[in-house]
Amino acid sequence: MRFSPARSALLLLALATPVAAQERPLAWTGARIYPIAGEPIADGVLVVHQGKIVAVGAAGSVTVPAGAEVRALPPGKVILPGLVDSHSHIGGAQGGDGSGALHPEVRVLDALDARHASIQRAQAGGITTANVMPGSGQLISGQTLYLKLRDGRIIDDLLIRLADGSPAGGLKMANGTNPMRAASGPFPGTRAKAAAMMRDQFIKAQEYQAKVARAKGDPEKLPARDLGLEMIGEALAGRRIVQFHSHRHDDILTALRLRQEFGFKMVLHHVSEAWKVAPEIAAAGVPASAIVLDSPGGKLEARDLSFETPAALEKAGAEVGLHSDDPVIDSRHFLRSAAIAVRAGMSRPAALRAVTLANAKMLGLDDRVGTLAAGKDADFIVLSGDPFSVYTQVEETWIEGRRVFNLSDPVDRTYALGGPGAGDPRRTPLCCYTSAWDIILAANGALQQ
Amino acid sequence: MNRATRLALLLLLAPAAASAAMPLAIQAGVLYPVSGPPVRDALILIRDGRITFVGPAADRMFSADHQVISAAVVTPGLIDGRATVGLSGLLNQPHDQDMLERSAPVQPELRAIDAYNGGDPLVAWVRSLGVTTVNTGHSPGALVSGQTMVVKTSGGARDREVLQPAAFITAALGGAGVNRAEGKAPGTRAKAVALLRSELIKAQEYVRKRALTDETKRPARDLRLEALGRALDGSQRLLITVHKAPDILAALRLAKEFNLQIVLDGCADAPLVLEEIRAAGFPVIIHPTMARAGDDTENLAMDTAAKLAAAGIPFALQSGYESYVPKTRVVLFEAAVAAGRGLGLERALASVTLDAARILGVADRIGTVEVGKDADLALFDGDPFEYTTRVTATVINGELFRDGPR
Repeated sequence: MRFSPARSALLLLALATPVAAQERPLAWTGARIYPIAGEPIADGVLVVHQGKIVAVGAAGSVTVPAGAEVRALPPGKVILPGLVDSHSHIGGAQGGDGSGALHPEVRVLDALDARHASIQRAQAGGITTANVMPGSGQLISGQTLYLKLRDGRIIDDLLIRLADGSPAGGLKMANGTNPMRAASGPFPGTRAKAAAMMRDQFIKAQEYQAKVARAKGDPEKLPARDLGLEMIGEALAGRRIVQFHSHRHDDILTALRLRQEFGFKMVLHHVSEAWKVAPEIAAAGVPASAIVLDSPGGKLEARDLSFETPAALEKAGAEVGLHSDDPVIDSRHFLRSAAIAVRAGMSRPAALRAVTLANAKMLGLDDRVGTLAAGKDADFIVLSGDPFSVYTQVEETWIEGRRVFNLSDPVDRTYALGGPGAGDPRRTPLCCYTSAWDIILAANGALQQ
Repeated sequence: MNRATRLALLLLLAPAAASAAMPLAIQAGVLYPVSGPPVRDALILIRDGRITFVGPAADRMFSADHQVISAAVVTPGLIDGRATVGLSGLLNQPHDQDMLERSAPVQPELRAIDAYNGGDPLVAWVRSLGVTTVNTGHSPGALVSGQTMVVKTSGGARDREVLQPAAFITAALGGAGVNRAEGKAPGTRAKAVALLRSELIKAQEYVRKRALTDETKRPARDLRLEALGRALDGSQRLLITVHKAPDILAALRLAKEFNLQIVLDGCADAPLVLEEIRAAGFPVIIHPTMARAGDDTENLAMDTAAKLAAAGIPFALQSGYESYVPKTRVVLFEAAVAAGRGLGLERALASVTLDAARILGVADRIGTVEVGKDADLALFDGDPFEYTTRVTATVINGELFRDGPR
């Protein structure tokens, strides 16, 4: 296409006008729908409007609103809730550094690139909500961030806001060998020392909270502000879920013990050896987000990693999620983790729940995401076939009623399959170094939606 | 010989005979022999480590001494085109990491067979997922890191398990071939190519002088230059890890300059230089499709296999090298992604069986299910590439391994 000033002006105008999310209701028909909240629907109808789900049900039982745009899908298509990844490092996430083992004041929020290619690839994998975490090289490596993977220009566009306006997120903690160092210094050299340091930090936070409470707002009596202890205080108050990295079975039990001692909300992550202590995890009522890797090993504490961990947790009655740990597992292969869990004995419903509702609960977001039900966010994906098949592709990803990924779009397709450009950040119109051609491409994309 | 002596001899021989693998009769709901179209309700007979019959089950009776195994789907044992299992051990501790020697940038004399630990749990792990042969050895990370060997995954390195004790010399250009440590060579891509070029020229000189008629003028033997000499005369091929398009072109340029027989390894940017790769005529062992996409591999693609197939470029797939978790990838899963992203079941299966065997130079023994070939099979309870299908058993040299089902 030749560059035409008139056409570009028109497109710029179109871009400048904020597109209200779906003025018209949108109805999907003909797909097999897995609402997760209920039984699969063979011939389902999904109606969304203004970013929310209006209705889900079997054909004939759902009234498609007058004026709705109807998208009748060919046979064989599947609709799932947008996938929720309970543990990811997309967006070039960073957390605490090597200067110490305790960084509760460090925020992923301050170091995340909203246009990073990994976010585009996650959309291509069907992920609509992700818990983006700092690493596991510290006992407390920082504050995690729960993101909606909207097509954003800056990080603010991806945030999930709590009722008080603050960005939703958890607190990342880790035990086992990653936060340990053999040499002396600020890091623990042994497991017991690691537990003692964490316990000590929680006690400090309790005392800090008590001082704040006693001060009753009197500036003379308030302790010096400590951002780190404030954050741990949020965990102690149950406002911030502790997202706890743990592999070996005894490390898992140590985490459960700490939680019992201090009463914070917790999710266990990775849990390579959870199959050895599945009844204890279930009895504690602590959800576990497992990783399904192609092979065990890579470190001693992952030696006994098993495909069967999710099935063992399911059998024990625990809440089981799965995560990508992107880049450890590329987000584009996230559904595959559920399929491998099924291969090793997990039930199909539990495996689908593990990449949707279970993870949503682990982030405290199940009132908004993780299922297809009236009133929930209109986050859903369209698949070409069975969710567990290698031959199935994610065709479309929708967040709050807007399409963020479309396999038939050439740029999106590159992010989905790879190839030249798949490592590039998402192009943003009207930004630095943007050519007229980029603007036209972006405008066309916006208009298509 | 009297009767008593003969009886004693028979008794002596009996335990040996009993310990040899029992003849196997494998009944397959569907057999993918790869050498031909799929066969429904097939029978494969195995004796003394070889395949003695392949065909429709209705065509053949077999004697009662066979152990009978049934599987929904049977394929040739899978072949991993480029691995480091057996050298990069499960635990990832200094004592079990033998895939990379960092003392010098060019060490082609390092042989995989002198470091291979067939007892490492990762060897059994890949076997449990259908892999019966690996081209394993030194990893990327040095300009010339060593050699590979082609070995069965039955757990050892005995003669019948080793198909090629010295298969390839392993080299790497680009990010995988440079040394980022300050003051170390090669520190840049261009320096890496220059260094390799100068080493090959040294090897040319060495080979010429070693052939001098005057023995006193011959240089002392040098294992390093001898190995490069084998690369120069084509008796040992170079497996060059390259990802970015300029590095792929640099490898092709070196091959042309020195008339080297090479196999390209990795090639994340292959779609950008397909025509050049095709014209050079060298095969590609494609990067693991599930490898981390970043740095040199930021543009890696799941449909590269399909693109190479369409361009008529011979290729195989690989597990590659992993420095952390997962400690190894599995070529079954890599082929699955390729199958699901444009290559299809049968073509993907060929890429991890016959095509790989051809590229590795072992197609006379493995890669298909045919009479006379090594009895290496993978048994599945469904479509081999479906994630929810399990591997129920493998057969290597006629020996049955039940590591799973997994």
